[in-house]
Amino acid sequence: MLALPIGLTAALTLSACGGGGEDGDIELVVATFNEMGYEELLEEYEEANPGITVTHRKTGAAESHHQSLFTRINAGSGLADVEAVEEGYMAQAMEASGRFNDLAEIGPDDVSPDRWLDWKYEAGVTPDGKLIGYGTDIGPLAMCYRADLLEDAGLPSDPAEVGELFATWDSYFAAGDEFVAANQDSAWFDTGAQVFNAMHNQLETGYYDTDSNVVIESNTAIKDNWDQVVAAVEGGQSAGLEAFSPAWDTSFGDDAFATKTCPPWMLGQIEGLAGEDKVWRVAEGFPEGGGNWGGTWLTVPTQSDHPEEAAALAAWLTAPEQQTRAFVASGPFPSQVEALESDELLALTNEYFDVETGALYAEQAAAVGPAQFKGPRDGQIQTNVLTPALTSVEEGTASPDEAWDAVVSGAENLAG
Amino acid sequence: MTVGTSGSTDSEGRGADGDPAASPGGGGRQSLRDRLNRWDVRYSPYLYIAPFFVIFAIVGLFPLLYTSYVSLFDWSLVADDPVFIGLDNYVALMGDARFWQAMVNTISIFILSTAPQLAMALLFAVLLDAHLRARTLFRVGLLLPYVASLVALGIIFGNLFNSEYGLINGLLGLVGIDPINWHSDRFASHVAIASMVNWRWAGYNALIILAAMQAIPRDLYEAATVDGAGRWRRFVSVTLPMLRPTMIFVVITATVGGLQIFTEPKLFAVVPGSNNGGSTGQFQTVTLFMYQQGFENFDLGYASATAWVLFLVIVIFALINFWLTRRISSTEGPR
Repeated sequence: MLALPIGLTAALTLSACGGGGEDGDIELVVATFNEMGYEELLEEYEEANPGITVTHRKTGAAESHHQSLFTRINAGSGLADVEAVEEGYMAQAMEASGRFNDLAEIGPDDVSPDRWLDWKYEAGVTPDGKLIGYGTDIGPLAMCYRADLLEDAGLPSDPAEVGELFATWDSYFAAGDEFVAANQDSAWFDTGAQVFNAMHNQLETGYYDTDSNVVIESNTAIKDNWDQVVAAVEGGQSAGLEAFSPAWDTSFGDDAFATKTCPPWMLGQIEGLAGEDKVWRVAEGFPEGGGNWGGTWLTVPTQSDHPEEAAALAAWLTAPEQQTRAFVASGPFPSQVEALESDELLALTNEYFDVETGALYAEQAAAVGPAQFKGPRDGQIQTNVLTPALTSVEEGTASPDEAWDAVVSGAENLAG
Repeated sequence: MTVGTSGSTDSEGRGADGDPAASPGGGGRQSLRDRLNRWDVRYSPYLYIAPFFVIFAIVGLFPLLYTSYVSLFDWSLVADDPVFIGLDNYVALMGDARFWQAMVNTISIFILSTAPQLAMALLFAVLLDAHLRARTLFRVGLLLPYVASLVALGIIFGNLFNSEYGLINGLLGLVGIDPINWHSDRFASHVAIASMVNWRWAGYNALIILAAMQAIPRDLYEAATVDGAGRWRRFVSVTLPMLRPTMIFVVITATVGGLQIFTEPKLFAVVPGSNNGGSTGQFQTVTLFMYQQGFENFDLGYASATAWVLFLVIVIFALINFWLTRRISSTEGPR
């Protein structure tokens, strides 16, 4: 109550004394989720830009952040000036692209596409060529594995030697068969869905064609991946643990499975869940090159009263220097070419995994193929149709054929 | 009291009016007071109950009507122009296997939770009605599950019923029973969720029933005792019939709550935050289905249609239960 009149007078005096170019204070709100490492950066931005105050609205979970984001888009008010949008929700933001500013138009001139890795930049552009988000972080994939379990099963276990096991998906599943035959107590991977998703994201065409039609049935590459994963599941390679479930959490400290698709943000999780005496390592390389899992963009909704100032802030936050610092502060892996070449990032090592993580993941990021077009319900097809269907095969509640039928009809239901 | 209120406004009004206009207004003021008095008696009661109805209109009635309006559109949370499609959402819903599965799940969980829950509540109430030491302690104890954080309960029950590392399967193993796959087996998942509901609500209902029990005049029991009625006979012929209005209330609230069950199945999902209700929707309830359509698939029209169908189902169930409760207790009622 008291702060308001004081604040008002302060603002009035300031603008009265200012007289230069500024016409009063501008308040920008930045809405993010999880840990994006922006706390110090935002303070610094305020200091460097008098006349601009930045409020940070932070949500713990991605789910609730995006729910309120899209509800507020629908309501027509309540959005922040800069809104973070995560990979899984980007397709829906694209669908509502009319509610976001074209950053190529209103953003600072010195921001050009070559700031980012090609595929990251492309994934922020709508089919009709509008840039709705500046890329922040990415999740280039590597393969984590239990060195001790591989050794017990008579497989190579040194990071330099495991490369051939993880060279292609064929070799990966073949090694899985060998592993399961030698070690009856452990599975090869945590759950089929995690492997399938990684394979799927490497495809050029995913669930949708570029005209936003669902093509699950005609895109035979999807069925091929499915068949491969299901065969591995039936061969006993899957531990059948749904990712991020309590049992999955517990299993890292157990000998439940030996390999795990592994973006950089997974390393901390594994270390925390596995405990000291489990020998997790990360391989240099990933089947069929590279892949990506996760990442965020900063958008400027049209609801913002100060779109240009908001775009300038978003551009500053996603500049290589700032993203490198955010990475050091909280670990989101940068998507900017210069940041990936910076000494600070390349020098980073992880003691638990005994590897130079910065250099390893920078290399994996370079190996990621072109961005796959994501249709409007892409994320839901993955989490609510494909993942549950694979789980039902693992549980034995559905046969592979029944489950595949559920995938096709479920995806068409969602899209229809 | 009403007279006092109007009197004070009147005296204040006179003071404010002041002297200048005093003489012509003399007679008029008298009738004004009369009129105010009459209005007061006639309209004030409505004013007193108005806050509820105003708030209900805003947070209850308006959403209800607006939902029925939205349900007639192909209304996406992110699209600009909703398209009017009439009853198409309802038609699609009637042919949606997932919806019917969710409906069966809801009714199954509802039956598994409501019946044992009310039986337990009645039993607890009878036990607490006896003369115990530290009665208040036990009564408060009954309410504790209700007060505890639902999210914490969800995590605890989720772990108890964990198929791989759970305590319950561990205990079953001790007596030689094979581990039950609580999350993937349809019926087992319903039992697990119902146990969460029962644990939470039995004590709450027990306290309501207990309060009604204590309001039963003791001389009825004395008379029954004199007539030679034993414990069981007194319970069946005096307690139960006297509890009838309370039982109707408890049954109806349990019905409404039971059919709208949402938090328990959502928290029971293996993966936190999932609205899928298991890999094949084996424990997805109608409310969870509705939530998924609305806030995960952004299909507001379809979600609204679901909400309305659920509303009708609840009304039907509440009426059936009302009728049943009246019948059951009145057949054995006092003459």
